[in-house]
Amino acid sequence: MTSALWELFFKGLWITVQLMVYSAALAAVVAFGIGLSRTSRLWIVRFLSGVYVEFFRGTSALVLMFWLFFALPLLGWQLAGIWAGTLALGLSYGAYGSEIVRGALQAVPAAQREAAVALNFTPWQRLRKVLLPQAVPEMMPPFNNLLIELLKGTALASLLSIGELTFQAKLARLSTGQSAQVYGIILVLYFAVAFVVTRIMRLLERRAKASVGRAVPKGEGWFSRKLPVEKQGPEALATGGKP
Amino acid sequence: MSADSTPSKETAGAADGGPTGARSAAGTELIRFDHVTKRFGTNTVLDSLDFTVSSGKHVTLIGPSGSGKTTILRLLMTLLKPDEGTIKVGGEYLTHEEKGGKLVPAGEKHVREVRKNIGMVFQQFNLFPNMKVLRNITEAPVHVLGLDKDAAEERARDLLELVGLTEHLDKYPNQLSGGQQQRVAIARALAMRPQVLLLDEVTSALDPELVAGVLDVLRDIAHTTDITMLCVTHEMNFARDISDDVLMFDAGRVIESGAPEKIFTEPEHERTREFLSAVL
Amino acid sequence: MNNWSWSYVGEIMPDILKGLWITIQATFYGSLVAFALGLVWALLLRSPSRWVTWPVSIVVEFIRNTPLLVQLFFLFFVLPGWGLTFAPLTTGVIGLGLHYSTYTSEVYRAGIDGVPPGQWEAATALSLPRRRTWTAVILPQAFRRVVPALGNYVIAMFKDTPLLAGITVADMLFQANSISATTFDYLEPITVVGILFVVISYPTSLLLRALERRLVR
Repeated sequence: MTSALWELFFKGLWITVQLMVYSAALAAVVAFGIGLSRTSRLWIVRFLSGVYVEFFRGTSALVLMFWLFFALPLLGWQLAGIWAGTLALGLSYGAYGSEIVRGALQAVPAAQREAAVALNFTPWQRLRKVLLPQAVPEMMPPFNNLLIELLKGTALASLLSIGELTFQAKLARLSTGQSAQVYGIILVLYFAVAFVVTRIMRLLERRAKASVGRAVPKGEGWFSRKLPVEKQGPEALATGGKP
Repeated sequence: MSADSTPSKETAGAADGGPTGARSAAGTELIRFDHVTKRFGTNTVLDSLDFTVSSGKHVTLIGPSGSGKTTILRLLMTLLKPDEGTIKVGGEYLTHEEKGGKLVPAGEKHVREVRKNIGMVFQQFNLFPNMKVLRNITEAPVHVLGLDKDAAEERARDLLELVGLTEHLDKYPNQLSGGQQQRVAIARALAMRPQVLLLDEVTSALDPELVAGVLDVLRDIAHTTDITMLCVTHEMNFARDISDDVLMFDAGRVIESGAPEKIFTEPEHERTREFLSAVL
Repeated sequence: MNNWSWSYVGEIMPDILKGLWITIQATFYGSLVAFALGLVWALLLRSPSRWVTWPVSIVVEFIRNTPLLVQLFFLFFVLPGWGLTFAPLTTGVIGLGLHYSTYTSEVYRAGIDGVPPGQWEAATALSLPRRRTWTAVILPQAFRRVVPALGNYVIAMFKDTPLLAGITVADMLFQANSISATTFDYLEPITVVGILFVVISYPTSLLLRALERRLVR
């Protein structure tokens, strides 16, 4: 591998990280917006946010990305590749994230809400001062998993010819013909990013837990990432959102 | 304990003015249940219940489990809505409001105005685990009553002294024993200067050796303040000590009521005798 | 501004349904690989020897934490160089199955761990033989928790099959793309494909939730 190729990889890696950060920011906004809407008192808000979640979890992120990049311009909106990628990843992973937000909010004991009612907090104060501070630490491990899934999803953007890591690998393969080496290296690079992301998320989890006076669990295993048993979302789904 | 650290009517701050205006004088009617019915599914827990509590009284609800005692407290705290009937607190409808001469379900704003007069201590304490002890107590006075932070902290310190936990104000709830947590929960409820304090089996979740400390604090409050108390408990000695009235519940109705000496020593109703012989 | 044309949709439907058939095949065979290989990982990870569990967990973590698309490229471009030449669909099935086996292994692990320890103790107390303990006590109980979770991964795989278009498998997305490349009209083909995914995966996930309610009690 020549230094020119390494330069290519790091350029791609930088764009991959950017794509991940932008998409994660959008996904976080969507996750909280939709997740909170699904606990709304108004049925129409619950219904529409439910439709959003089912639609974006039901379709394929790659197809959505193609649609935003190729079909949307025909309806009058031209998006730069990286924004089509960001939008597709943010909207679909945000839908998964909203289930995490909703599940964590529902996991806060009902008695906590009752205590907040007894102290006459407004609904917004109940959410901000009592429910969210307790729910957020619980969201961290599943958000970590989601972030890794999102990182893996950024590779899809290469099919729109966005110059991220997988796309640069394609260029490197075409110019060197050394497929095994090229793809071996970028797999390791992806793995390294995933590892760093996991460490950062563990740190944030510790902080979030410490700030609410919770005992901080020691890391389990060397990768310290606990998988949910279902990729589709928590069992809260099975009950249609009712406790 | 100094007199001005007690949460009595006399020391109630300016922030206490509610829609009910000045606090009602002792002896006037503060709580009124009118034909209140509450069902869970097909199970009727309260059956067209009527009862009133006068201001400053300490009323204990006794009766077998499932007789609807806790439901009354939860209705008063607006954690439940009555299926039929109305509840008034300080002359104001709690879950209804009058609009154009008709009773309609109350909006959030109205409920909050009336609810301001009520405080509750729960069986499981329900302290906020994400806040330290001091903030558990100051959070609502600051953000609900609009007290400034210093005043709220001073009030909280006084109350912590009252419940004997001054040295723990910088701890998280999970660093305290159950008895200590419950005393913090009492201080938290009193910090709102409610007219009515609801006590829902506040010692049932405690280890036996921690019960006395909590009951002592409550006795102290009952004897030195004129806060109205509505109490569900299985501690009959405590009930005898603090109560002005004891109401015996069975199957969603009050079957007997009176002064504790009378209820505990010469109950009239057969069900009351059975119940007391089982718990005493 | 391009207007939606139903007659165009009608023209492209046969090709897209051809792609759907490939998509379904890839999901089906990919699931079989993922179910079988996942069980292999799960059993190896229960081995008492660290010389087994360490390498296996490294491999599993590596596959799980790197993109499926890159893994597909690796298989597609590298295997032929090692003398292993497969049809694109076969490569896709291997890649999909391999990737998701690292998830299904976790499902098996959770299913087995989820059986209360008291069940093992009861089996021991009855002196049931080891084989009997597994087949009559543990696995039937694990099964209830495992099946809905595996089903969810089947749906996830289904939604990931468009990635196979990247290695020239003629799935739905590939079909939509090649139609569009000749007509220069992307709107209908890609919209139809996107909606087909929802139309298939949503009812399937509803069925799974119903199944889960019946199995997990």
